[in-house]
Amino acid sequence: MSKSFKEQFKTSYTMDAYGAFVLDKTLIFKALQTLLEEDNYTFLVDITAIDYLHVKTQPERFAVVYLLRDQNFQNLITIKTYIDSSLATQSVTPLFKSANWAEREIWDQYGIHFKNHPNLKRILNHKEFVGHPLRKDYPITQGQLCHQSDTLMDEMTPRLKSKGYTSHEDLMFLNLGPAHPASHGTIRTFVALDGENITSAVSEIGYLHRGFEKSCENHTYNQIIPYTDRLNYCSAILNNIAYAHAVEGILGVDLPERAKFIRVIIGELSRIIDHLVCLAAILVDMGALSNYWYLYNPREKVYDLLSKLTGARLTNSYMRIGGMSYDLYDGFEHDLKVCLKEIQQGVSDTLKLIEHNRIFHDRTQNVGIISKEDAINRGLSGPNLRACGVPYDLRVTAPYYHYETFDFDIALGSVGDVYDRMMVRFEEIKQSTRIIKQAMQRLPEGAICVQDHAISLPPKKEVYSNIEGLMNQFKLIYEGVKVPASEYYRAIEGGNGELGFFIVSDGSGTPYKIKVRPPCFYAMAAYPRIIEGSMIADAVLTLGSLNIIAGELDR
Amino acid sequence: MAVGAEAIFGESLITTKLDSAISWARESSMWPYVFGTACCAIEFMSVASSKYDISRFGAEVVRFSPRQADLLIIAGTVSYKQAPILKKIYDQMSEPKWVISAGACACSGGFYDNYTTLQGIDSIIPVDVYVAGCPPRPEAFLDALLEVQKIQATQSLLEDRAKRVFKGVLDV
Repeated sequence: MSKSFKEQFKTSYTMDAYGAFVLDKTLIFKALQTLLEEDNYTFLVDITAIDYLHVKTQPERFAVVYLLRDQNFQNLITIKTYIDSSLATQSVTPLFKSANWAEREIWDQYGIHFKNHPNLKRILNHKEFVGHPLRKDYPITQGQLCHQSDTLMDEMTPRLKSKGYTSHEDLMFLNLGPAHPASHGTIRTFVALDGENITSAVSEIGYLHRGFEKSCENHTYNQIIPYTDRLNYCSAILNNIAYAHAVEGILGVDLPERAKFIRVIIGELSRIIDHLVCLAAILVDMGALSNYWYLYNPREKVYDLLSKLTGARLTNSYMRIGGMSYDLYDGFEHDLKVCLKEIQQGVSDTLKLIEHNRIFHDRTQNVGIISKEDAINRGLSGPNLRACGVPYDLRVTAPYYHYETFDFDIALGSVGDVYDRMMVRFEEIKQSTRIIKQAMQRLPEGAICVQDHAISLPPKKEVYSNIEGLMNQFKLIYEGVKVPASEYYRAIEGGNGELGFFIVSDGSGTPYKIKVRPPCFYAMAAYPRIIEGSMIADAVLTLGSLNIIAGELDR
Repeated sequence: MAVGAEAIFGESLITTKLDSAISWARESSMWPYVFGTACCAIEFMSVASSKYDISRFGAEVVRFSPRQADLLIIAGTVSYKQAPILKKIYDQMSEPKWVISAGACACSGGFYDNYTTLQGIDSIIPVDVYVAGCPPRPEAFLDALLEVQKIQATQSLLEDRAKRVFKGVLDV
């Protein structure tokens, strides 16, 4: 626990109503240093800012919030600081490398300056953008044209200088992306090449920035669910679950047992199809096309099942606050069995081709390595972190939906290379299948939604036959679920790692602020450092193995 | 009764207009460049896979260089930051070329009516076929392909498409 921190700062901190330690901004660096070095809070989950423009009871307009986990990933601590009118605070990048991009994002979105930050520039919005869009006084629809892309030389030149290159004469500069077959969407990596070796790399993101967080502030809680689908669109339902889980946390409701088990089943199925796309794509990048068909076709099968269940193939919007939209359909169990069988077949066909394949081993083993310590410091999570040998899985460290009662193993790697990241995913597909089978056996009968008509929609029969039902329906649709005022963070194990939502609610039906903790964001921030020293072909595989999904990365 | 060349050579020869012959060839072998940015691109993966099999319509040779492609499929959200890149890629494609705008975001910004999302790519480049859906089902992609084929069938080789007047917001 945070013993040293509490002792050293006991006269300086106050606790706010939502459990955050509030400190003066001049003490933040020291406090985080104490937490990191003495209390072993080694994992910086996320940093975000809040604009309290419309909340009159707060002492200052802006606040910055730091979320940290300890080395066993058991405890979460929230540190908060108010930012005065100077709009500046100290950067914590010397302590946590993961803070680098997170602080850039806050600068970009809120205009809060971080002193001593190595490279404080815009990250999601383009360089011609004027203003800070997540400020409450920035109009949501005020778009700004971008005429030219960033050259990125302002980042590249100092990077090369730090590696001893004073002249650029012998180097070749190359853009990988943002429109590149191996860039998996819209990611841009700008590399300096010495022959075929990457001497230095800089990544630029934000090409798929879609204003998720601003859109959330303008919609009711249930209206946000379709937006969450489009974060990590390879496993839309896991995003639904993560978001609903966080809102339910503020509401303090416990789901009916059946709802929990359905969430486990569909959630794990989503995890499987997420991993299938990742593996299929990386094998294509490697030139192993036949594996793509083996792995992608079972996904097609799952699409059929999801279409029947939710009405959509990809962006399902299946979950609701307090439950889900539909119960399982008749014949679901049979369809699920067929899906699982095809997935198993696809995985074993693929493994037969690659498991003992020399070319595959040479291309993936000891390529794109990230060490355990570095991975934690850079904020990697999920399969990418487990590939380094860190047993961090929220289903185990902070179990939800009875995960502690399921019999499954955490897949772990040892080297932290492309091979480990791939094999961890293959193993997780098998483990998820195990969980689904157990959950199907234990699936109880009963309600699928919280039986509270301030949260869940009443049955249609009641809406049409009595005034109370009609009113409930009306109020929920027009005003949204009323969520008590809070500042709250809750996460689940997403397809790519810790997928959390930090929600600031104000008692109304619309969130005051929502921040996603996207696992990809931190993996992507680490990416340019991982590929330096390797070759272009390895960089392509490394990107594929980190499974960067642009929708989640840029939001 | 056959006349002209067909009368002399019999069934081994067909006479037609040059335009029809060229259009037939174009229709049957489009080379798409998929400008996939988001969720719609994942659905395009399905279009290209075995179940929906885009090669039934002769468009399976997906190119990753705009120089080699004649069909630009924009599948996904295009932000203001992405817009100059989209324009550059369109400009790099040689004539004749066609554009499919796939999905709500590309067509109109979709439900991302906000500060960062371009409200329809047709303010940057000309579009031939719009596909609804978020994302469109694979069948809708294939339908759009057939729509492009119909457009191609009506076009003349002699007509200079490059002279088509289009001025987007990024054209100066």
